[in-house]
Amino acid sequence: MRGVRLQEVCCSSGIADMVLKVFFPSCCSSAESGILIGRWISEQNSAVILAVVHFPFIPVQVKQFLSELQRVTKVNVSVLGSWNNSKQEKEESLSEFLEDLGTIFSHEPWIQISKEGDSKFWSCSTLQKRSNNHREEEIILVYYDQRKVMLSCLHPPLDTAASTAQEAEDASRLSAIFDTVAKSKVLFMTDKYDDGPIKLTHWQSDGVEASIIVELMKQASVPTCMLLTFLLSLISGACKSRMLKFWPLSFLWSKLSTCEQLAHRLQHLQVISSNKKAQNQTQLMRKANIFVSLLIDVALGILLMSWLYRKNRIGHLADTLIPVADRVAEELQDLLQWLMGAPAGLKMNRALDQVLGRFFLYHIHLWISYIHLMSPFIEMILWYVGLSACLGLTVALCILSDIVALLTFHIYCFYVYGARLYCLKIYGLSSLWRLFRGKKWNVLRQRVDSCSYDLDQLFIGTLLFTILLFLLPTTALYYLVFTLLRLLVVIVQGLIHLLVDLVDSLPLYSIILRLCRSYRLAAGVKFRVLEQQDGKPLRLLMQINPLSYGSVVQTYRLPTYSCYPKDSWTSLCKKLFLGELIYPWKHKGEKQD
Amino acid sequence: MQSQERPFRSASGEPLALRRRQHSASCRELALRRPRLQLRSLSAVTSAVWLAAYGVFVLSENSMVLSAAIFITLVGLIIYLHFVKIDQESLLVIGSLGIQLTSSYASGKESTTFIEMSRVKDVVINEAIYMQKVIYYLCILLKDPQDPQGVSEVVPLFQSSQPRLDCLMEVYKSCQEILDQRKEAPQSSGIK
Repeated sequence: MRGVRLQEVCCSSGIADMVLKVFFPSCCSSAESGILIGRWISEQNSAVILAVVHFPFIPVQVKQFLSELQRVTKVNVSVLGSWNNSKQEKEESLSEFLEDLGTIFSHEPWIQISKEGDSKFWSCSTLQKRSNNHREEEIILVYYDQRKVMLSCLHPPLDTAASTAQEAEDASRLSAIFDTVAKSKVLFMTDKYDDGPIKLTHWQSDGVEASIIVELMKQASVPTCMLLTFLLSLISGACKSRMLKFWPLSFLWSKLSTCEQLAHRLQHLQVISSNKKAQNQTQLMRKANIFVSLLIDVALGILLMSWLYRKNRIGHLADTLIPVADRVAEELQDLLQWLMGAPAGLKMNRALDQVLGRFFLYHIHLWISYIHLMSPFIEMILWYVGLSACLGLTVALCILSDIVALLTFHIYCFYVYGARLYCLKIYGLSSLWRLFRGKKWNVLRQRVDSCSYDLDQLFIGTLLFTILLFLLPTTALYYLVFTLLRLLVVIVQGLIHLLVDLVDSLPLYSIILRLCRSYRLAAGVKFRVLEQQDGKPLRLLMQINPLSYGSVVQTYRLPTYSCYPKDSWTSLCKKLFLGELIYPWKHKGEKQD
Repeated sequence: MQSQERPFRSASGEPLALRRRQHSASCRELALRRPRLQLRSLSAVTSAVWLAAYGVFVLSENSMVLSAAIFITLVGLIIYLHFVKIDQESLLVIGSLGIQLTSSYASGKESTTFIEMSRVKDVVINEAIYMQKVIYYLCILLKDPQDPQGVSEVVPLFQSSQPRLDCLMEVYKSCQEILDQRKEAPQSSGIK
C-alpha cells in the first residue's frame, strides 16, 4: 500500500521526465564559444538559456556578476553548461577545457552543446556527477525568439500575489519560461560596447536600441502630468462646490446624460494623469486604452465641429428646430382630435374622452407657447452648445440625446399622466372586484381573505366597479397611445447611448497592438518541428500564438457607467400591463425605486 | 524520421489520408488530410449564382444585380476558403512538452492550440449519439486542478474530418505509446 502511494505521489507531482529540455535563444546561434548562463527549472527538467559568456573571463568575476544579477532580478541565474562553436574542424583542446569548466562551476547536470561549422544539427550532451542512473537522457532543443518572449505577456495572467506555493508549482511551464526571460531585462542592458569584465551575447548585445522620440515623450510627460493633475483638481473642486448642490440643480445634473459623460471622462483624465506608474501589464494597457480612446474621441469631435460650423450648418439646424417642434405639437394635436372622435372605429365614453382630450390639448398649447418664447435665443444657445463638441464625439452625442429628451418632454409628461390614471384605475378595479366576490386584501398577512360586507357597502362598491369597468377602454386607449410614443423616444435615445458606450468602452490600443505587434498579446505558444537528423537531439521552434480579437476586446474592455435594463421581457410586459412606470436606463449609483 | 501514409474514410464517406511521422522517440506527428476544393463544385455553384442573377437582371433591367452577384461570389469564396474549408488537421504529440492541435484552412491560415502535458489526463475515444447515428470521436481529457481524479474539460479532436473508428484507433495507439512513456517515472526520485 505504501509503495503504491509513493508511486502515485511520484506520478502526480511534476512528472520527473527523463527528457531534458533546453530552451536556446535563436540570437545566440552564431555566438562565439563560451559558457551558457540561464535558469534551471528542476521540477520541469528544463534549462532556459539567457546568454553566452565569452572567453576570456575569470570564474570569480562571473560568480560575482551572477550573484549581483540574482539579487537585482530575483531570478535564479546560474552557469548551466558550455557552448562550443568551432568554425573549423573540431578543436580537441577546447572541448576538454570546456569539460574541465564543469568542475569549477558545479551544476547538475552540466549541459554541453557544440556546433561544427555552419551545420544546423548540433550535438548536445549532459554530464551527470551523481551518475546513479546510467540512462541516456533524451534531449529536446527548443529555439525561441528572446526579444519577442521578453516583450510578450501571457494570457490569462497569473496573479502572483494571490497564488499559493502549491499553485505556483502547478503553474504552467510556459509562464515560468516567459517570466524568467521577462524578469531578466537587466541582463540584456549590457552590450558589447560596455567595458566590463564579462562579455555576453544575447539579443541586444550588438547595441542597446532606444527611440529618441519615446525618450523625449517620457521626459515631457512628467511636467504635463503634473499640470494636468493640478487643472483637474481645480475643476473637480469647482464641481463639488456647495453652490451646485442645491436641490433643483443637483436634480438637473443627475438627469442630464451630458453631465454623466463629462464626469466619466474627467475620471479617465484623472487616471491617465496620475503620477503613479502602472504596477502591472493590465493597468498599463488600461491607461493606454483610455488615452487612445480620449484622443480618438476628441479628434472625431473636432471633425464633427468643423463640419457643423462650415457653411453655417448649425444656423440652419437652429432654424429648423422650432418648425420641427411645432410640427410635432401639431401631429400630437391631430392625434388627440382623432382620439376624441371615434379612433379605429371604437366607441369611446364621450364625457371622459372630452375631458382627457381637452386636458392634453391645453398642455400642448402651454408647451408651444414656451417654445415660442424661447425661439429668439435658440440659435445663440445652440451655437455655444455646439462648441462643446470639441470635448469629444461622445459629449456631442450625449447633448443630442438630451436635446431629444427636452424636445419630447411633453410626450414624457403625457405618458406619466396616462400611466398614473390607468394604474389607479387598474388598482381600483382589482380591489372592487375582490369586494364583488366578497373578499378583501389583508395587509397584515399579505393575502386575500374573505370578508362580510354590509349591503350598502356592496351596493356602492358594485356601482363603482361597473363605472370603472366601462370607463376602462377609454383610459386604456390613451395609455396605449402615449406609451407607444414614449417607447419610440426611448428607443431613439437608447441607440444614441449605445453608440456612446461603444466609443467609451472599445479598447482601441489593444486592438491596434494585436494588429501590428501581435507577439505582445500571447494566448499561448506553438511549436514547429525543424529538420531532424538521426542521433542528434530533437529540434523545435517555439513561436508565440497571439490572442484572438474577440478575447482581446473581452479582456481589455473599459468599464462604463451605464448598466442595461435587467428586466426580462416578461417583467417588462407585466409592468406595462399594470401601468407601472418604466425607467429604461438606470445609471450605476442611482438608487433603485 | 519515418513517415507513412494510409487512406481512410470519414464518417460521411469522403476519402481521408492519415500521415504518421515519427520525429524522435518521444515526438510524433499525425496529420489527417481532407480532399481539396473541387473545381467541379466551384464552377457549378458559380454558374448557378450567375444564372440566377442574369434571370433577375432580365426581369428587372437593373445592371447593379450583375455586379452585385459577381461581388457576392468573390466575397463568399474568400470567406469560405479562409474561415470554413479545413484542408488538414494535425496532432503533434511531444512527450514531456505537450500536445498541439493545428487546423490548416484552404487559404493557408493555420489555427493552433497547444495543451501542456501537465494538464493532459488522457486521450480516449468517446461515443456520442447524434440524431440517429452513433459517432466515435477522439478527445483529450484535461485534469481538474481541484480534484486530481476528476476531468475539467474535454477537447474533441478532428472535428471537421470526422474519421471512422479504424483511423481513430491508429491515432489512439500512437498517442498512447507516447503518453505511456511519461508514466514510467523514475523510481529513484520517489522512493527514498
